[in-house]
Amino acid sequence: MKELKLMKGNEALAEAAIRSGCDAYFGYPITPQSEVLEYLSLEAEKRTGMTVLQAESEVASINMVYGAAGTGKRAMTSSSSPGISLMQEGISYIACAELPCLIANVMRGGPGLGTIQPSQGDYFQAVKGGGHGDYRMIVLAPSTVQEMVDFVRLGFDLAFKWRNPVMILADGALGQMMEKVELFEQQPRKTNIEPWATVGKPKDRERNFITSLHIQPDKMENINLHLQKKYNEITKEEIRFASSGCEDAEIILTGFGLVARICQKAAQLARAKGIKVGVFRPKTLFPFPYAEIEKLASNPKLKGILDVEMNAGQMVEDVRLAVNGKTRVEFHGRMGGIVPSPEEVLAKIEEKFVGELV
Amino acid sequence: MNEKTMLGENIAETADTQEVICCPENLVYEKPDTLLDTPMHYCPGCGHAVTHKLIAEVIHEMDIQSETIGIAPVGCAVFAYNYLNIDMQEAAHGRASAVATGVKRVFPEKFVFSYQGDGDLAAIGTAETIHTCNRGENILIIFINNAIYGMTGGQMAPTTLPGMKSTTSPFGRDVATMGNPLMITNLVASLPGVYYATRVAVNSPSNVRKAKKAIAKGFEYQKLKKGLCFVEVVSNCPSNWKMTPIQANKWLEENMFPYYPLGDLKVPNDKEK
Repeated sequence: MKELKLMKGNEALAEAAIRSGCDAYFGYPITPQSEVLEYLSLEAEKRTGMTVLQAESEVASINMVYGAAGTGKRAMTSSSSPGISLMQEGISYIACAELPCLIANVMRGGPGLGTIQPSQGDYFQAVKGGGHGDYRMIVLAPSTVQEMVDFVRLGFDLAFKWRNPVMILADGALGQMMEKVELFEQQPRKTNIEPWATVGKPKDRERNFITSLHIQPDKMENINLHLQKKYNEITKEEIRFASSGCEDAEIILTGFGLVARICQKAAQLARAKGIKVGVFRPKTLFPFPYAEIEKLASNPKLKGILDVEMNAGQMVEDVRLAVNGKTRVEFHGRMGGIVPSPEEVLAKIEEKFVGELV
Repeated sequence: MNEKTMLGENIAETADTQEVICCPENLVYEKPDTLLDTPMHYCPGCGHAVTHKLIAEVIHEMDIQSETIGIAPVGCAVFAYNYLNIDMQEAAHGRASAVATGVKRVFPEKFVFSYQGDGDLAAIGTAETIHTCNRGENILIIFINNAIYGMTGGQMAPTTLPGMKSTTSPFGRDVATMGNPLMITNLVASLPGVYYATRVAVNSPSNVRKAKKAIAKGFEYQKLKKGLCFVEVVSNCPSNWKMTPIQANKWLEENMFPYYPLGDLKVPNDKEK
């Protein structure tokens, strides 16, 4: 039976955490995602017995996640850009120790203290590894409140499938806006004990230890090779994307998250004016759909790609890598908490590709 | 017994004697199964090794190996999980008490302890330490205070004594510019969340026995869900103090103990109930 609700993005994400059978949430208030901690503080423990703890900082939050994840439980945190910056050390340790966990970043404008308005300025940090060392998170980019729900469950599944941190990379608008969502049924809390988890050493197995320290270079290189092999496998298996109207398109708009929806509207406006515009949206930012974009770029009918983001041009670097010179890639970005309008995107299409359109 | 026999060079001749001596009736001490055979990397005379052994003995004697999770710090004890035969997690520098919180919150029935040095616990991890104590997390924190950064090679610690030389206070700690030693155990003892706070040492047989009792109390109170227990071990660092083990222990008694007096800082009120 479908359970439909009108929910705010942050609250929908929190509700999905409870329903995913999440065992523990550790967080620290920061606008524009404090509703996650608030909602869970009110709802979680009474419904599933889930642990919810307001930590003294994001540094503490992520390390509490490390501890809980190290016992094989479903653990998560959420924050917004400056808070996520504080977590980078912990994320690097989690990635190396191969602990499954979920981290939601409801991005706001930066750099610095920046603004509390929506932004996509943390793409590089999330996708390229914001902490030290060679590691990757699986990064999911929701573009609707529905995906704020769906990606929580998917995120936990992927985290445990790959023993890897998963990040939901949303933005302040998705966190604050209300939409109709379909909620999945309550999933049971975890009862099985992971073979690698530190839960107390019984007589019949060797001790388990969680660490990211391998001081001999040959061992540390092997750990790195193992991680890279895993990231390659993730790249083969977990790419997710959505595309609409790209088959006959002269112009393709690329964008992730909220911006992809703005692009969708811009494409409608363009088609009403007779310009064939399609939209391509990566749902996973790591792994990134390079091959799919390259395929689109190889279409001889295509005049070019306009990448739109709420930053100075971050994902566009990956789009250019994918395209590899096969077509022209233009960029339009807004920063500091400004959300581009569909009309603005349409105007950019006309400005960048004027004269080339039939 | 001649000298050769004492050195074990004449084993064949003494084999019969050994058989008689090594029998269960004569067994007075056995290495606990909670301590692994891995040779420790600690320098000769270092207090870490003894403290590790005490933890292993307490866990063994309480028979809680299968219910105990330890958190190792960054510092000399970073490899604690190589020596203790229990499930352990290695935390980022200073974050051991936050990691311990994460473990304890999802497994409240398990025994959880963190093992941290002075730089880890009282410098980079001060916020985590204070707040874990203030929440009264039902865990045991074992704090090794040797007034120096051991692993990185003898830099000044938050607990380095006034006037004490280190590689980053080469002319002695000048409290006017470098601050005073942080008496973090006194500080956390003032928090309602802390149930038991004590300061012990492992420099002499009698102090070793007292230290073991304190660690055992920490686990016992945890079993009774009394709140946070904090055991400071005033320890040494012969290598970075640039002393022999004997000199280091003498210096410890003459300089560390006056500044960090041994004894309980907060004891449970037995009349409560």
